[in-house]
Amino acid sequence: MPSMTMIEAIRSAMDIMLERDNRTVIYGEDVGYFGGVFRCTAGLQEKYGQERVFDTPINESAIVGMAIGMAAHGMRPCVEMQFADYMFPAFDQISQEAARIRHRSNGDFTCPIVIRMPTGGGIFGGQTHSQSPEALFTHVAGLKVVQPSNPYDAKGLLISAMEDTDPVIFLEPKRLYNGPFGGDHSGQAIGWKQHPKGKAPAGHYRVPLGKANISRPGNDVTVLAYGTMVHVAEAAVKACGIDAEIIDLRTLLPLDLETIVTSVKKTGRCVVLHEATRTSGFGAELIAEVQEACFYHLEAPIVRVTGWDAPYPHAQEWDYFPGPERVTKALQQTLEA
Amino acid sequence: MTQTAKLSFPHPPSRPGVTPDFSYLKIPKAGTLAVPDVKMSVEDAAPYAHGLIRVLDGKGKAVGPWAKYLGDTGSAEILRRGLRDMLMMRAIDKRLQIAQRQGKTSFYIQCTGEEAIGCGFARMLSKGDMNFPTYRQQSLLVGSDYPLELMIGQVYSNSMDPLKGRQLPVLHSSREYGYFTVSGNLGTQYVQAVGWAMAAALMKDDGIAAGWIGDGATASNDFHGALLTASVYKPPVILNVVNNQWAISSCTGFAGGGKATYAERGLGYGIPSIRVDGNDYLAVLAASKWAIDRARGGDGPILIEWLTYRAAAHSSSDDPSVYRSKREAAAWPLGDPVERLKTHLILKDAWSQERHVQAEAEVLDEVRTVQKEVESHGTFVDPRPMPPADILRDVYAEMPEHLRRQRQQMGS
Ligand SMILES: Cc1ncc(C[n+]2csc(CCOP(=O)(O)OP(=O)(O)O)c2C)c(N)n1
Ligand SMILES: [Mg+2]
Repeated sequence: MPSMTMIEAIRSAMDIMLERDNRTVIYGEDVGYFGGVFRCTAGLQEKYGQERVFDTPINESAIVGMAIGMAAHGMRPCVEMQFADYMFPAFDQISQEAARIRHRSNGDFTCPIVIRMPTGGGIFGGQTHSQSPEALFTHVAGLKVVQPSNPYDAKGLLISAMEDTDPVIFLEPKRLYNGPFGGDHSGQAIGWKQHPKGKAPAGHYRVPLGKANISRPGNDVTVLAYGTMVHVAEAAVKACGIDAEIIDLRTLLPLDLETIVTSVKKTGRCVVLHEATRTSGFGAELIAEVQEACFYHLEAPIVRVTGWDAPYPHAQEWDYFPGPERVTKALQQTLEA
Repeated sequence: MTQTAKLSFPHPPSRPGVTPDFSYLKIPKAGTLAVPDVKMSVEDAAPYAHGLIRVLDGKGKAVGPWAKYLGDTGSAEILRRGLRDMLMMRAIDKRLQIAQRQGKTSFYIQCTGEEAIGCGFARMLSKGDMNFPTYRQQSLLVGSDYPLELMIGQVYSNSMDPLKGRQLPVLHSSREYGYFTVSGNLGTQYVQAVGWAMAAALMKDDGIAAGWIGDGATASNDFHGALLTASVYKPPVILNVVNNQWAISSCTGFAGGGKATYAERGLGYGIPSIRVDGNDYLAVLAASKWAIDRARGGDGPILIEWLTYRAAAHSSSDDPSVYRSKREAAAWPLGDPVERLKTHLILKDAWSQERHVQAEAEVLDEVRTVQKEVESHGTFVDPRPMPPADILRDVYAEMPEHLRRQRQQMGS
């Protein structure tokens, strides 16, 4: 299997879908000729032509609005928001239109679109290039919400998303584009080459939506994470030697509750991680579901480690980012409780 | 230094008890504008964006180049069908508005005074074309022979409702009849129409899309997003602005701002734009035919501003007598579309007062009969509940686990 960065894996998924399904179109700001500011679509316009892969005006609402019209007519648009932070002008089209077209038309019209967006911090992007808005999407009935943590999953999940007949929000943790990141920002950047999940088949394969992955089996505490925080959890667990079971959610909506509940019933303890702000974050949803299903198996209060409830800062990024020390502390606290 | 700048606040043609004044509108004579080539460039469009395409003159005579352009499309037979469409639309609105007052449904929106636009435009479209309508474009459905029982069933949200009670009354949806599922959020669908038209061009299927927006909603971001993207990619889309002078209680000045017409907004985006007398059924047919030919011929997007007047309340929840004079509709300089077409046909000896009265009775009877049948399947005063679990269907193609659990909690 060839090794791939997350960027190459995402590009490969789009390349394959452009090849296999002539209904596929790919577009967004700087997506066409240039290949995207993160290079995810590099070379695709050259290969497939400007009718399949093209640039758009800087109008996120129009980018999604056009996709809805195209999809209703039978195409399969996969569009890019340059950063998740810039999806807000499109939120009306996403939450009020795309998510509801099937339901409100009783299935007469559907909306098979994928909206990709780089999410999360860790690149000194300040408050408008670092946000994690996943909970705003999981709050919308009719959307599917996906966030991969490695190249293998990214490619397989993106192919599944592009083959799905419902609108999918595909959040790409930008800190993971070029390599895994356990939260040690002072250390040497490492690439995907050495990572087992940095290899993926060159051809078509799927990672199913709605299925979590146990990225590290363990017995003492269940850690629920997605995206960058999967790697932070792994780094923390490695450093402190706690026998944690780390679940990489992969799809947030619909959620693979079965895998979560089985694990928590086994370990009796649970720590929830995300980079997004804490209050009303997706962690709140996870904790609510876990306590409802596992209350009598729990031996300690469920703990959250998240970004602070403040705008994502620029210079103080590492004071904000929920790094491995905070995760370790939470794990210990849970085990001692 | 004292501040000399002063703000301007738009004022409507009338307020309660005040004589309506429509002098802000310059209404040119019928028949003055030539029919341009369908390939008209934006440079040549200025007179059409500023002027007004009209066919029927004050006496009801069809005059000028656009009358000629209509040719067979303006035959007595077609015009009688158009008149019948409008009478049908009016009868539906009248009956359903009453039904709302009787508590049989929660809500209704009439399009009184604007019937010519949708009734005429729809008659010029072809199968496979798609409208992206607002809540006030039900006349498009009448103009495409949409089955009456579906139209009324939707308003009653009963088992006859093709949308299973999920949508507010009048927010219809029918792919087959070229009527995209209507959103309650203003503006959003304008740019979706551009996307549909782009897909039509990419898939080479010969279809076109028509976006619809009210004058008030041209203020929304998506109006500008649609004009922008239409001007960039030049897909086969017709961007319609229904300028009926009001947006609930706000006069059109709040979206219109200065002196430019809505059609002139299109010019700024490089989109050829025309302004049409929307209460003149013949002008509607002629302009629609021209614009549809142009779009289908691959000459890019076009914007049409339809000048009309919202004669009824905004909706069944609105009482316009608290913000405008009751005499405004009568003072509206472009008259009433039904009366104008009727006068024209009588002048041509193709219609009579007696036939008109008879036709009105016939359509009312037809609506009443279907309405009765639909009401037998339940109304808000005689509810026949639908299974609650249906709420959870079609949220996704396949029902995910969490919705299955919720269905169980519902107990159904
Ligand atoms: C985004 C949004 N804002 C506000 C409303 C509430 N609203 C419904 S209709 C309306 C007036 C629209 O006027 P116009 O666009 O001129 O259409 P008309 O009703 O005259 O046909 C308003 C403000 C809405 N539905 N959507
Ligand atoms: Mg209006």
